[in-house]
Amino acid sequence: MALLEVNDLKTYFRTDDGIVKAVDGVSFQVEKGQTLGIVGESGCGKSVTCLTIMGLNAKRNTITSGNALFRGEDLLTMNSRRLREIRGDDVAMIFQDPMTSLNPVHTIGRQLTEAVLLHRDVTKSQARARAVELLKAVGIPRADRRIDDYPHQFSGGMRQRVMIAMALVNDPDLLIADEPTTALDVTTQAQILELMNRLQREFGSAIIIITHDLGVVAETADDVVVMYAARIAEQGTVDEIFKRPHHPYTWGLLGSLPRLDTDTERLVQIPGQPPSLLNPPRGCRFHPRCPYVMNVCKQEEPELKQVTGDHDHLQRCWLDEQTKDREAAKLLHASMAEATS
Amino acid sequence: MSDDLLVVEDLEKHFPVTRGIIFQKQVASVQAVDGVSFTVKPGETLGVVGESGCGKSTMARCIMRLLDPTGGKVIFDGRDITNLSRAQMRPIRREMMMIFQDPYASLNARKRVGFIVAEALEVHKLGTDAEVKRRVQELLEVVGLNPEHYNRFPHEFSGGQRQRIGVARALAVNPKLIVCDEPVSALDVSVQAQILNLLKDLQQDFGLTYVFIAHDLNVVRHISDRVMVMYLGKVAELAERDKLYAAPKHPYTGALLSAVPIPNPEMGRQRKPVVLEGDVPSPINPPSACRFHPRCPRFHEGHCDVEEPPLYSFSNGHVAACHYPLERWPLTAEEFRKAQSGPTGAKATAEAEA
Repeated sequence: MALLEVNDLKTYFRTDDGIVKAVDGVSFQVEKGQTLGIVGESGCGKSVTCLTIMGLNAKRNTITSGNALFRGEDLLTMNSRRLREIRGDDVAMIFQDPMTSLNPVHTIGRQLTEAVLLHRDVTKSQARARAVELLKAVGIPRADRRIDDYPHQFSGGMRQRVMIAMALVNDPDLLIADEPTTALDVTTQAQILELMNRLQREFGSAIIIITHDLGVVAETADDVVVMYAARIAEQGTVDEIFKRPHHPYTWGLLGSLPRLDTDTERLVQIPGQPPSLLNPPRGCRFHPRCPYVMNVCKQEEPELKQVTGDHDHLQRCWLDEQTKDREAAKLLHASMAEATS
Repeated sequence: MSDDLLVVEDLEKHFPVTRGIIFQKQVASVQAVDGVSFTVKPGETLGVVGESGCGKSTMARCIMRLLDPTGGKVIFDGRDITNLSRAQMRPIRREMMMIFQDPYASLNARKRVGFIVAEALEVHKLGTDAEVKRRVQELLEVVGLNPEHYNRFPHEFSGGQRQRIGVARALAVNPKLIVCDEPVSALDVSVQAQILNLLKDLQQDFGLTYVFIAHDLNVVRHISDRVMVMYLGKVAELAERDKLYAAPKHPYTGALLSAVPIPNPEMGRQRKPVVLEGDVPSPINPPSACRFHPRCPRFHEGHCDVEEPPLYSFSNGHVAACHYPLERWPLTAEEFRKAQSGPTGAKATAEAEA
């Protein structure tokens, strides 16, 4: 049994303009010790997926269906007391923006020990010792003194490390990281990714990392889910997604990336904008932006199907396999040829 | 010399840190930009990279005279603009425009797109109302927006479209130089590609010169002809794009390059990034001599923290401020830590002459 199994997850928001289908039938699994990367443009539903799993959407306007089984227990239907026991203890989350997700009027020590005191039967000084230990683990110098500082006394990278320490304080089995490095410089990003890798090796936690940076995904993830307009466009192991991408959207994402390992004069751009989720396009949701669009794409939405010869690799596109292999090979060949030259 | 569009000499911007309410006395200064020199040729793109807080944006604002530099010179198109008055600056502002980072904050939410783009034309009294309107619609078309959107408000546009409006606004008065301050860092990759392609096309069509500031090394490499790396208000390295990325000399550049994730799982797994310790120190009290020395893996005690490295020059125009430059690239982690050659000095000058 997988540690986390998400089946046909749907999250709809009621708004004045109608129902926004922010997540529309998403399924994936995360095994112990594995990292799942979720990529996609802003507004594709990647963050909402994770907020739903954590039960953090406002109840009033949200319609949720499907299930999210954490060790067989459904996180979506469980009562709030049990959910509070799990959240912050077995499942923890690192939020995107450390500037806004730390409480500015409490010391970081107070914010760190809160989670320990809630979930563990320990004294305050034990909790504090644990917090200092974690701050040391995430590489904050003079942790025993810095623990009494307020968030504004830390730099962006250090605040993000405090967020990570807070998420890890109870050794979670599943860590959900929502764009953990987006606001950071490359050098700090390298430090944080290294840290997450090390913690995964030491504690064997599973990680879900949400990002729009394909470089980060390539370096950290074992499996990848590519989301487009609230649905999964493609899903597979990291090598498959980068070597044999099967969806034109994935090709677009890979092609639009200026990268150090290749030399392209002109980037491939995906024309247009992501669609509104109030009123997604008929048929394949990517068809208005797809350079390979056919008649069938406009009429009928393709199913998420297995790629022949690889049961882990799923994709949602009408194009025949030969065309796809050819296009994927072209993309890969271009990058390989330039990398070696 | 005279054919450079922009010459920046020893530019310095220190912000005072004061104590007291009535009798303010200066207790320290933030050395945001401290002795930066470079030149930009017409039609060229100079990329500027560095971590947040290294002074890249302050530098851009000093060039544009949005901030007054505390020292050094800015020579634009053969004219020293460092000490010009506001009135004297006004005609020059037509020649240099800026594209800002955040397309959500840099457009006035209460004004229509037509007004936003036309404002500079009106300030400089370029044309009648009808001409201005025609020009604005033409500009909207140039940047790939629908000219009919003339009367819309910024909130009706997506992030990428807003940045196109920002580009149209910068183009309105036919400037020679455009300073782009992180123009794509707030955008999604696919939209980012659209804007980068647009900027490249415009450069070709209108012969624009860019100073392009970004923290993303991939983006800078894609768009620049030459690249300048800044660290804590100083130039760490300046070189032609291909030289800098293929053979960086400064350990800081090396560390930056090795920290960039590669979107290729196989290559990524083999890669061993040089992870720098700690954060960028405060520019209020920067480290002595070489400002990078507390984080530098090649730090030599008694040299790097005592003698400030000048910009040693390597082959044509490649300069780096380091006593112990990288011998070659890529290096293994051990080689990176251990400098094989001694202090640069004589060696670098010999190389430059050869």
